[in-house]
Amino acid sequence: MSNDIRIKKGLDIKLKGEAEKTSEKAIVSNFYTLRPEDFHGVIPKLISKVGTKVKAGETVFFDKSNEAIKFASPVSGEVLEISRGEKRKILAIKIQADKEQAYQDYGKFDVDAADSEAIKSHLLASGCWPFVKQRPYDVIANPDKAPKAIFISGYASAPLAADLDFTLQGKEAELQAAVTALGKLTEGKVHVSVGKNGNSPLVGLTGITLHHVSGPHPSGNVGTQINKIDPINKGEVVWTVNAQDLIIIGELLLTGKFNAERIVALVGSSVEKPRYFVTKIGSEVATMVYDKGITKDSHDRIISGNVLSGKQVKPDGYLDYYSNVISIIPEGDDYEFFGWNKPIFNKISTSRAFTFSWLSPKKSYDLNTNTNGEHRAFVTTGTYEEVFPLDIYPMQILKACMYKDLDEMEALGMYEVAPEDFALTEFVCVSKQPHQKIIREGLDLMLKEIG
Amino acid sequence: MGLKESLHNFKEKNKDKKWLPAFSAIHTFLYLPNETTHNGTHIKVADDLKRTMNTVIMAMVPCLIFGMFNAGYQHNLQVGEVQAVAGSFFSSEFWTMANFMIGFWKIIPLVIVSYGVGLGIEFIFAIIKGHEVEEGYLVTGMLVPLIVPVDIPLWMLAVAVVFGVVIGKEVFGGTGMNILNPALTIRAFLFFAYPTWMSGDKVWVEGAVERTKEIAAGANLDAISGETILGSLAQGKEAGYEVMDMFLGFIPGSVGETSALLILLGGLFLIFAKIGSWRIMLSSVIGALVMGLIFNQVVDSGWITESSKFYGLMSTTWWHHLLIGGFAFGTVFMATDPVTASQTNKGKWIYGFFVGFISIMIRVFNPAYPEGVMLAILLMNVFAPTIDHYVVQGNVKKRKKRLNAKVA
Repeated sequence: MSNDIRIKKGLDIKLKGEAEKTSEKAIVSNFYTLRPEDFHGVIPKLISKVGTKVKAGETVFFDKSNEAIKFASPVSGEVLEISRGEKRKILAIKIQADKEQAYQDYGKFDVDAADSEAIKSHLLASGCWPFVKQRPYDVIANPDKAPKAIFISGYASAPLAADLDFTLQGKEAELQAAVTALGKLTEGKVHVSVGKNGNSPLVGLTGITLHHVSGPHPSGNVGTQINKIDPINKGEVVWTVNAQDLIIIGELLLTGKFNAERIVALVGSSVEKPRYFVTKIGSEVATMVYDKGITKDSHDRIISGNVLSGKQVKPDGYLDYYSNVISIIPEGDDYEFFGWNKPIFNKISTSRAFTFSWLSPKKSYDLNTNTNGEHRAFVTTGTYEEVFPLDIYPMQILKACMYKDLDEMEALGMYEVAPEDFALTEFVCVSKQPHQKIIREGLDLMLKEIG
Repeated sequence: MGLKESLHNFKEKNKDKKWLPAFSAIHTFLYLPNETTHNGTHIKVADDLKRTMNTVIMAMVPCLIFGMFNAGYQHNLQVGEVQAVAGSFFSSEFWTMANFMIGFWKIIPLVIVSYGVGLGIEFIFAIIKGHEVEEGYLVTGMLVPLIVPVDIPLWMLAVAVVFGVVIGKEVFGGTGMNILNPALTIRAFLFFAYPTWMSGDKVWVEGAVERTKEIAAGANLDAISGETILGSLAQGKEAGYEVMDMFLGFIPGSVGETSALLILLGGLFLIFAKIGSWRIMLSSVIGALVMGLIFNQVVDSGWITESSKFYGLMSTTWWHHLLIGGFAFGTVFMATDPVTASQTNKGKWIYGFFVGFISIMIRVFNPAYPEGVMLAILLMNVFAPTIDHYVVQGNVKKRKKRLNAKVA
């Protein structure tokens, strides 16, 4: 059996502003923020109060529905502010960082000697567990239910994604420690995927099943890889971990320190000099975006994450818990005269309806946030299938989510999908339907009703 | 202050007015809106529904213009003003201003009534239901004048459009929700409500009905009669036209359906633009050819003799069916309507095949009116969701099988 995954259906969205492969240290952020909304479905129960001193890696809050899952502070400092929204929902926990960082010492961990229970409780206690997510439902993994396999994508195919071959460089020891530990948590395999033509540090790891991926986006999405390697059946669970987070897990196991350091790409057509920064989870984006990035009063959108699935953040916002890229593109809140029928050369299209991006497949585009049209009912057919490699009927499952038919959602493969799998169909949607939101709400409904 | 700013300010000022959708429809016609993405994908493709619909209309424009020339040409041919053209697409007998003007003054009112009435209803429903005016009618409005006889009275067209848009579309929830193709619903309404205006040998050539009336009133004039090829064949007569004329379109028929050449070009353009489904078009052609071959075979085997009333159409050379009547137009522009066709790729093959197959079947066996495309497409519209259901069930079964294999 060949371990190659070749994806044919999909779309590489080429945008201007790809990061140059140089990294520099970002200005150290004074404030760090943990936002419970990054952890979908988690209801936080605070341990620390305003004024509490925390060390890096010390628990700030835990999950109310599963108290074992703890969330650690990325830095040492003092809890400065806890902002709340409606019904006193916790929106953000702001921590003022100390000048001298102190780490909670979880002790060196002997992965080879430990059994799965010991590894699990170590990861849970140290705040590393939130890096482990599960499917179905695309939420933080339930530690009580063993997964049939663990999937790690070492290949990023999303537009302007951080190049994992570059950001994982030189971290072989941490990566190895992390995958060895994860391997003990499952009876099944640890599937690691790397780009076919890349030079990934993941290739040399032991204890994994390696897959070479090629083809257009979403070939790098872990959801695509799961569907091609070992699709999820009803009742099964798989876990996924972002490759960059393996480093944090690995470092914790090797040194006992929770080091929230992460290499982040600053990209997008609005950025003067796109490149990589070494920073920490929860840092203020202002520490990066103004440094040969954008000007203070520019009319741009800052996105924590990639342009397809990331979250919009304000200039005084923060890097979210899982992202390794900050994308900045121009806002598109302007009218365009006869924009709907004139020939279009400067925007991407999958059709050839007086749109001409098919003439120059290699060209990089400068796209803005305009929707290029208004929200409509589903009309066209067959467009989603062209960019959707999963063995699932995309429009049918979206409609099932919209009319909330749980049986049909289950039958059509809802256990296998995450919102990001529908990012490309949302991008190409002529009717401008919010596919990722529809899927997220569908998953939430299933989680609530079926569990 | 430019137009752009004035319109923007007007929109902002009247944000909560009930009639805003009507204004927005015109506003967004002039300007691509300033709407931006929120969460979800932050960028979007260039295409929207307006562009998609517009592309289909563009593909039909050559048929419309040809239809204008042809309306005049058929009339002038009957009254002896021009000679019959033979075999050349760029015949100077055909492309004359005189021909064009007759057609122009006949067909432009059809277009205006179709769009005026149809869009009027869309606007009213949008305001009542408080949503934006959706673009579905843009294509329907262009299809309607192309699939009716040139002499159809405007009031009939207006009544039919009201019926088609309200009963065919709006009661189902508007654009994207309808079961039947609205343009064909309109045509079917005309066909069943006013059959004398939709069939026979008096309606296909401009002025024929009027001339008949004048003769009845005692005027000493030659009658204008314009039988369609299908009509002639159904009566056991010769087709009366060269195959090349059928292909190029110098024949009587509904306004836009006659030129197989231009329809073919329009279809190729839609396939190239990735707007029209090549699966449906191709499978429909295959379906029609298969049915045509079966009929030819039946005739060759001697099961049907010349005395049979079906002989004329059954013995028609199998591939000629593609060129005559509304088959080509229906296949390219109506069967491919994404809302009412099958929505899965596999389903499209099945759906298209039966559209073609049943078209030719009804064409041959329908005693009242020798054409079957309209009824075949409407019939398959009804079956499309069922076809899709079974295609999707295939995927569901595969998933169940995978689960069972694990458990076993």
